[in-house]
Amino acid sequence: MSALLDIKDVVVRFAVRGGVFSSAGSIDAVSGVSLSIEEGKTYGIVGESGSGKTTLARAVAGLHHASEGSILYRGQELRDLPEAQFRKLRREIVMMFQDPIGSLSPRLSVKSLITEPFRIQGMKGRDLDAEARRLLAMVGLPPEFATRYPYQISGGQARRVGVARALALDPKLLIADEPTAGLDVSIQGEMLNLLARLQDELGLAIMIITHNLNVVRHITDRVGIMYLGKLVEEGETDTVFSAPRHPYTLALLAANPEPDPDAQLMRIELQGEPPSILNRPKGCEFHTRCPFAQARCSTEVPLWQIAGRAAHRCHFPASWEQDKACPA
Amino acid sequence: MTVLDIQGLSVSYGTPRGELRALRDVSLSVPERKIVGIVGESGCGKSTLISAIIRLMAPNARVRSGTVRFNGQDLLALPEARMRGLRGTEISMVFQDPMQTHNPVLTVGRQMIDIQYRDKRSKADKLKRAAEMLALVGIPDARARLNQYPFEFSGGMRQRIAIAMALMARPSLLIADEPTTALDATLEVQIIKRLRELQDEIGCSILFISHHLGVIAELCDEVVVMYAGEVVEAGSVRDVFHHPAHPYTRALLECDPGHIKEKTRNLPTIPGNIPDLVSLPGGCIFADRCPQRHDACTEHPVMSEASAGHRAACHLIKAGAPA
Ligand SMILES: Nc1ncnc2c1ncn2[C@@H]1O[C@H](COP(=O)(O)OP(=O)(O)OP(=O)(O)O)[C@@H](O)[C@H]1O
Ligand SMILES: Nc1ncnc2c1ncn2[C@@H]1O[C@H](COP(=O)(O)OP(=O)(O)O)[C@@H](O)[C@H]1O
Ligand code: SF4
Ligand code: SF4
Ligand SMILES: [Mg+2]
Ligand SMILES: [Mg+2]
Repeated sequence: MSALLDIKDVVVRFAVRGGVFSSAGSIDAVSGVSLSIEEGKTYGIVGESGSGKTTLARAVAGLHHASEGSILYRGQELRDLPEAQFRKLRREIVMMFQDPIGSLSPRLSVKSLITEPFRIQGMKGRDLDAEARRLLAMVGLPPEFATRYPYQISGGQARRVGVARALALDPKLLIADEPTAGLDVSIQGEMLNLLARLQDELGLAIMIITHNLNVVRHITDRVGIMYLGKLVEEGETDTVFSAPRHPYTLALLAANPEPDPDAQLMRIELQGEPPSILNRPKGCEFHTRCPFAQARCSTEVPLWQIAGRAAHRCHFPASWEQDKACPA
Repeated sequence: MTVLDIQGLSVSYGTPRGELRALRDVSLSVPERKIVGIVGESGCGKSTLISAIIRLMAPNARVRSGTVRFNGQDLLALPEARMRGLRGTEISMVFQDPMQTHNPVLTVGRQMIDIQYRDKRSKADKLKRAAEMLALVGIPDARARLNQYPFEFSGGMRQRIAIAMALMARPSLLIADEPTTALDATLEVQIIKRLRELQDEIGCSILFISHHLGVIAELCDEVVVMYAGEVVEAGSVRDVFHHPAHPYTRALLECDPGHIKEKTRNLPTIPGNIPDLVSLPGGCIFADRCPQRHDACTEHPVMSEASAGHRAACHLIKAGAPA
């Protein structure tokens, strides 16, 4: 099956200026990521804050330059694509940003905001009032919201305006950075059901970045776990959730707070603090915090290993063969 | 001792359509050294409540009635200069959107030194404290990163910096509006643990707003459930999560995907919409969407006790129906 989006060994490098970083020169915020997204499917990206999720998403959307690797969209190389050509693709690949209020221009009304994509794409002759009503209805906001300004709506309402805007042009690939952070569970459910419906109706592929593991578990087909700019584990969501192999994935799944004050929590405590990408640990980059690290981990880089319906990067992955309840 | 005591607070926004009654008769209190969580649907007035407490309200907002007492003094009656003195020192805040907290044109180190303006220490000492605080919330290379500007950090890092900045002042009340939504689960639980430790060490109280029921369950001692501008239920987290007394709270808990063990693409929601706060319906505010609505519900229910220290505004409680 050919993928809609095929990312191979993508590196996104930022130059760092003077001061204490003068010796570093540059940092790789995304450091060799490969994944592919099938048409009409949902791919979830989770990982530590600062692990490069947004940067990766922005590279796919053409908002950051990928220094290395390849980003194929329907077989077409997006890396180094001239802006004039990329512009046409912006109808098909749209990004919803993480910071809902900050990414909405405060001087534009909701109507202008959600119909702005038509103007940017130079699509004239549309009834913008009707489009605004259609888009607002799609995200469950009453039509009178069209005349409001960003400061007059709540954080959750702003998020829905962001979705309406993203869907204006009937995209093929929607990149959603934390689309439900700040939404209460009922509206989060509505939003995710809405995305699922649109996905079924429009064959929309979705790349979703989220910290909410419950969201990932329910709505994604595949999931990639990022740490320090690299994937440490990726595969079919069901497989990764039922039999996680990489210790960071284990810690992440164990950390999911339960809506029960008396829940018996089996936490896997990570040691220390997230390392800096200016100073990547040798060997396995997770070894400074890994509760299962052994001598070999600090010297030898673990290889990407494909195991069944998932793949991981660890010398001593959890094993689920002998005892399903207790990772080794 | 009660650190924060809010009684009968009503706040409205002036809009072209008329008065939008964002908060109505809200009462809640935050005891000393306790963590009180607020949950509720988006637009239910949580941020409005906070902006009223710290008196940083939108220009079209107006307090119609009520009192907000902080360590005994009525904040709503305080001269602006005194209020400014309290903000960021005795009451500090972490916002939903960390960019709101940071000044984009100053380095993080500069901002963290500025917060310590009342301290007599040397600049080097203040920098050292700033770096310690950053390390405490899990920012790597804390010392070096003090020279960077807010935009050079990821969203989650900015949020952790905001938490570090808020706690530097050793406030007696920390107000946190969705502070962990940008963090991954391991950091979220780490921050929750740190918040608890720091709260214990500093001896402050926390008013914590979150949509994440799991986080509230884990962090808070008490929880206040808000719906469409009113408090509908309040009590210990154990009582409210195990024996929700208000139909809205029950619906909220049922919608949490964390409660749903089977994988589904069709998540439960609460059908219907929040009522229009400009033209409020009479009777119970949740009646439109309530599966247990009955004749009595055309009357507005008052908060009544479901069990000791556990209250909810629903007619079913007085009728003695099982909670
Ligand atoms: N300046 C304003 N003018 C008019 N209406 C406003 C203004 N600010 C907020 N509102 C309205 O008041 C209500 C409460 O908003 P508020 O931001 O307090 O909600 P919230 O609970 O914090 O939501 P979220 O969790 O999504 O941030 C909403 O209906 C919102 O649209
Ligand atoms: N424009 C930039 N210049 C320099 N560093 C950046 C820039 N944008 C992001 N970074 C750095 O790249 C890393 C990854 O950031 P980001 O992609 O925002 O992470 P995430 O979205 O996972 O929280 C962080 O260390 C961040 O400080
Ligand atoms: S390779 Fe070693 S340090 Fe790295 S994740 Fe696996 S066990 Fe932990
Ligand atoms: S008072 Fe009536 S409508 Fe309101 S929550 Fe209780 S049962 Fe439902
Ligand atoms: Mg991000
Ligand atoms: Mg809010």
